[in-house]
Amino acid sequence: MFKITGWSLIRLYTTLVYIFMFAPIAVVVILSFNPQQFGSFPMDGFSLRWYAKLAGNADILEAFGNSLVLGGLTAICTTAVAIPAAMAFVRYDFPGKNSLNTLLLAPIMVPEVILGVALLLFMRWLQQPKSFAMLLIGHVVITLPYVLLVVQARLVGIRTDYEEAAKSLGANPLQTFREITFPLLMPAILAGMLFSFTISFDDITATLFWATAGNQTVPVKIFGMLRNSISPEINALGAVMIVLTVSTPLLAGYLARRFARGS
Amino acid sequence: MQNHSPDIQHRSPAPQVPQGSAPSGAVSEAAASQPKDAVGQEPAVRLKGLMKRFGKTVAVQETDLTIETGELVTLLGPSGCGKTTILRMIAGLETPTKGDIYIKGRRINDTPIHKRNLGMIFQNYALFPHKTIFENVAFGLKYRNVSREETREKVSQALEMVRLPGVEKRSPSQLSGGQQQRIALARAIVIEPDVLLMDEPLSALDEKLREEMRMEIDNIQQQLNLTTLFVTHDQREALSMSNKIVVMKDGRKQQEGTPEDVYDYPDNYFVADFLGHANFFDARVLEVLDNDQVRVRIAEGLEFTADHVGRWREGQDVHLVMRAQKINVTSPDLADEELESTELNYYPGRIYDRSYMGGETSYFVELDHGVRLHIISMVRRRPHRIGDEVVLHVPARHCGLLPREK
Ligand SMILES: Nc1ncnc2c1ncn2[C@@H]1O[C@H](COP(=O)(O)OP(=O)(O)OP(=O)(O)O)[C@@H](O)[C@H]1O
Ligand SMILES: [Mg+2]
Repeated sequence: MFKITGWSLIRLYTTLVYIFMFAPIAVVVILSFNPQQFGSFPMDGFSLRWYAKLAGNADILEAFGNSLVLGGLTAICTTAVAIPAAMAFVRYDFPGKNSLNTLLLAPIMVPEVILGVALLLFMRWLQQPKSFAMLLIGHVVITLPYVLLVVQARLVGIRTDYEEAAKSLGANPLQTFREITFPLLMPAILAGMLFSFTISFDDITATLFWATAGNQTVPVKIFGMLRNSISPEINALGAVMIVLTVSTPLLAGYLARRFARGS
Repeated sequence: MQNHSPDIQHRSPAPQVPQGSAPSGAVSEAAASQPKDAVGQEPAVRLKGLMKRFGKTVAVQETDLTIETGELVTLLGPSGCGKTTILRMIAGLETPTKGDIYIKGRRINDTPIHKRNLGMIFQNYALFPHKTIFENVAFGLKYRNVSREETREKVSQALEMVRLPGVEKRSPSQLSGGQQQRIALARAIVIEPDVLLMDEPLSALDEKLREEMRMEIDNIQQQLNLTTLFVTHDQREALSMSNKIVVMKDGRKQQEGTPEDVYDYPDNYFVADFLGHANFFDARVLEVLDNDQVRVRIAEGLEFTADHVGRWREGQDVHLVMRAQKINVTSPDLADEELESTELNYYPGRIYDRSYMGGETSYFVELDHGVRLHIISMVRRRPHRIGDEVVLHVPARHCGLLPREK
């Protein structure tokens, strides 16, 4: 007989939550292999037809390129801003430190729609057209809080002893940063870049406001395609995006661990 | 509470003679109190009126301190008394609110830390975790234009010095705590620092290792004639290693002197209480005797004779201080033969508690009038038991007097 205990109920509940969360994703991935135009279960056969079509779609490929470049640049720029900011907030004291920190973290709390409109209006006021640079700046603003939080948290955990020891041995502040602080921060920097890349890669709300016809990202493209029809091509595209956004962090985590052990 | 008030008993802190250098007695007393110019040897470290305030709290009151070349000076005091702050100001990690720091006669207040040429040892070793032992020890040499060949040689010499040869390729996490601290020591001495600064370097180690490291540091410090400032709150470390101890409390220097000075002739109640185990009694001076002794009374019929060090007058309120280790305790039947030489400070009592600590035993003894004493005595014969009648004897030279503080 199956006995119902508190534990088995919790297990059941957890399973249901997972199904609820992941079933739609699973459906997308499964249907992407469906040869039929209109997806329905049970599937009759298995085909890579939609992937082939996807690979031949120049529009999509361009959007993919845009997304990768934008995500990569966002990751680099955001980290470049976040590291000095985190150093200032954690290692130094200056007036207005707390307010400034709150300000940099604010984009987490402001709804993205507002951010999107605000940057547009700001550019209008500056009489600048929409551009890739603006899109990049926008993404840096959106992802900065996350990276800043990760890097700050790590920096707090690095005892100042190390830096003080280095300085007492003759390293100037810059050399100390290069030789000690930066290498010790590396895991957080990698994690931050990854965060930043993934957030940028699948951001849609704000990007809808900022993207021009020339620099559409993958999510914006999907959104556009959905307005016309629900092509199974979208399932294939979705599957590719899922694989990408899941595997990058895993890969980075693996690399970071190897990196840590090797040194 | 003032320092060195005239009526406190103490030996005037003799001018420190640095070992190794031979002072021909040419430096007069007067000259010693003034900054010496190029004449004679500059002290390795000199602090003048050094003071540090954090917001409203004064961490270090205006402090003067001199460390001669090759000396090991210890800052000793309870938590929060400002030891670390002094060390960090010398290192350049804190900016003094007031006062000057001289190293080898050069004022270094405005010299940034990386140009001060100091070795630092931290409580938690602070070895760079992402570098090998070799890279750790060689770190300081990188900024000193040392050739590759020479670096390798110096690193291996330093590792030899701390008795850990051949660990160059390992990483810090592969070493035990004690070994890590030795690497930290090697890393600090390889740059031949003007001063070695150590902030509680032993407190992360366990008891046995601590002893070993203590001797190690002592050895190396003497071999290299390293000027060293050592911070600790452990009096045993301070007493066993130092040429000079500076006892501190609330950011203020309480007493400065050799370990013997500070232990045997404390300047005030705090120092007497902080070092070792002492019994304190409120007493009144009855009589100042001709033979340089003072009679004091702590209760009706309980009178002690103390050696007369300092200036006391009849009727003065004082503290009578007796170190727990300096009180003899014997059975009444043996007392006669052991104590016949003197009849001073000789009182019967009863043991009301004791704790056995291996080599020595703590006795808690009650005299007449409920006066209670703590005695630590080496166990020679059969230890006394609770309830035993005993006889106490305290030689006059181990009865210290301190002024009563308001
Ligand atoms: N950065 C700081 N900001 C504010 N107050 C400080 C700072 N550093 C030290 N203090 C204060 O200064 C006083 C002296 O501190 P310090 O660290 O020098 O004591 P310590 O003698 O080294 O004590 P411990 O034995 O606990 O290490 C303490 O009251 C401490 O709270
Ligand atoms: Mg301290």
